[in-house]
Amino acid sequence: MEQDPSVFLFGEDLRANVFGTSPGFAARFGDMRVRDIPLSEAGAVGLAVGAAMTGLRPILDLTISSFLYCAADQLISHLAKARFVHGGQYVLPVVVRTACFYSGSNGAQHSDRPYPMFAGVPGLKIVVPSNALDAYLLLKASIEEDNPVLFFEDVTLRGVRGRVEVTDEDLASRATLGEAKVVEAGDDVLVIAIGGGVAIGRQVRELLAAEQVSVEVLDLRTVSPLDRDLICSEAARIGRVVVVDPAHEQCSVASEVAALLVEEIFDSLQAPVRRVCTPNIHPPFNRALERQLYPSRDGVLRAARSVLGSRSDREP
Amino acid sequence: MSTPGQASPAETLGSGGAAAVDPPEARTLLRGMCLIRAFESRVKQLSDLGELTAATHLSIGHEATIVGACRPLSPSDYVTGSHRSHGHLIAKGSPIGPLMAELFGRDNGVCSGMGGSMHLADTSVGCLGESAIVGGSVPIAVGAAFSAVYRDSGQVALAFFGDGAIGEGVVHESLNYAAVWKLPVIFLCENNGYLVSVRTTDVVAAKHLADFGRPYGIPAVTVDGQDVIAVRDAVQRAVERARDDGGPTFIEALTYRFEEHAYGLASPDYRSAEEVEHWRTTRDPITLFRAYCAERGLLTNAEADEIARDCERQVDEAVVFAGAGQDPSMETARFAMFAPASWPPGGRRAT
Repeated sequence: MEQDPSVFLFGEDLRANVFGTSPGFAARFGDMRVRDIPLSEAGAVGLAVGAAMTGLRPILDLTISSFLYCAADQLISHLAKARFVHGGQYVLPVVVRTACFYSGSNGAQHSDRPYPMFAGVPGLKIVVPSNALDAYLLLKASIEEDNPVLFFEDVTLRGVRGRVEVTDEDLASRATLGEAKVVEAGDDVLVIAIGGGVAIGRQVRELLAAEQVSVEVLDLRTVSPLDRDLICSEAARIGRVVVVDPAHEQCSVASEVAALLVEEIFDSLQAPVRRVCTPNIHPPFNRALERQLYPSRDGVLRAARSVLGSRSDREP
Repeated sequence: MSTPGQASPAETLGSGGAAAVDPPEARTLLRGMCLIRAFESRVKQLSDLGELTAATHLSIGHEATIVGACRPLSPSDYVTGSHRSHGHLIAKGSPIGPLMAELFGRDNGVCSGMGGSMHLADTSVGCLGESAIVGGSVPIAVGAAFSAVYRDSGQVALAFFGDGAIGEGVVHESLNYAAVWKLPVIFLCENNGYLVSVRTTDVVAAKHLADFGRPYGIPAVTVDGQDVIAVRDAVQRAVERARDDGGPTFIEALTYRFEEHAYGLASPDYRSAEEVEHWRTTRDPITLFRAYCAERGLLTNAEADEIARDCERQVDEAVVFAGAGQDPSMETARFAMFAPASWPPGGRRAT
């Protein structure tokens, strides 16, 4: 926002910084560039489309990701399709920022992780960062992107400390939407993960290291576009794959990754690809019950052992 | 006989205290209406011949509303619209060759064959895009109006939408945004009395659709949509207010669709043949305006005929232009999907 006066931020509860996404912004950037909105999500997305068509770079903060459903038509039929149906006459640099508030006993209507749903819509780029530095670099890349971006923040990661001092090297390497990243290298099992799943992959890596099993963790970072090349090359090299995705299992990102691997590198797989997702049950309010649903360290560990189980030199 | 729920049509055009119409202005208004009529009539013909196969939603009958609404706008002002779209682009000055080519899905179409009849846009004349989702483009006009304020550009935005759109929540959200942020936007409702086959008055809880502007504190007016001067003057006042930081205006133009909802759509009897005939014979906006001009000596019948013939010729040329187009390539579709990474910041924009 300091670098480009055409960037403005609008959304719910921003001036008071209720959700921590806009600390001091109102005072720093003024009334025109930091705006609270009525609870009219569809109108807000349409407004962002109109502003972007005419030269601005809106960032729309819709706080809780299930609020995107209120704006489904504007997101799908307008934001995602406007450039296309009009033959590419303009750019649509819109960022819709939203958070997945799961695992907090918020009940089913506030606990969704709907990024796979929107990944089924061509025309949207979809980002789900897994750590603080990526959240910064990917958000910056999203704002600089000339196409619509839905930016999903995994709230289970809020409160997790991570490096946020941005080095020249970080800036030089510029996060690119569509690039996954190997965050922990390994050779025996590949854990492909997204959002909060990445931290779980790292925990499992530590546990299995004690058993002389080397786990590689690949952070997808963006759901759309998927980094097909890196996913396929790492999976083909390692041959045993677990995909961790906090979304509901059916039609999850994990499903897409599994399908990709079966189609592209089937001959290199040494075990069936295992998905660790949320079963198709709505998040219950009851905390103990809710936590059983999401991908956990134990669940990923079981899946990792399962794909290792078929390895001849590691029979149980 | 008027459409149920519609106010009695004004007996004479411009009865609402019209500003003067001089001969050049009369020509401009008549030419605009005739060009839409000629274009739409040709679309009918091409559909009948089987040359145009996709659905088209014709603006025949709506010409005075559309031309009157666009006349006070500058080329840089923004317009958004609906599935009944062709007239909006024509009245805003978009060249009709690429418009016709778009209806054929050709690569020389205004949207490179990606959008077709219901998704026209021409940013070079401020037409940001028609949407085939009823009411869907209304908040986009509000966003463009916000952008104009943000950039302090003095532009205004006009959102065309039909009576059916008043049932869409996003239209009410848009009215609220425009009102609380006091944005330079004109909500122009083309009320033709029917949502496809349903009488508007049977499903809308207000006597006049303009009443929906008032709860938001938006000045609202109902005008005779067959009266090009009345529409022009109402929009002129709205544009002046918008440019003067006075905020939005809601204008309901009472009009009538002379054809079916989509051309060729076989419709059951939801309106009588007499009703349609009544509008065609006594409320045709072009006939009414020609009579007005003849009475006041603004244009002779011969001059008016020549304008109509010239519009026909332009449409002939547009069809020839369309015929020279090819099927677009998949590369064009890919380009339309995403702006390339190399797209320069501040590249082609509607500004």
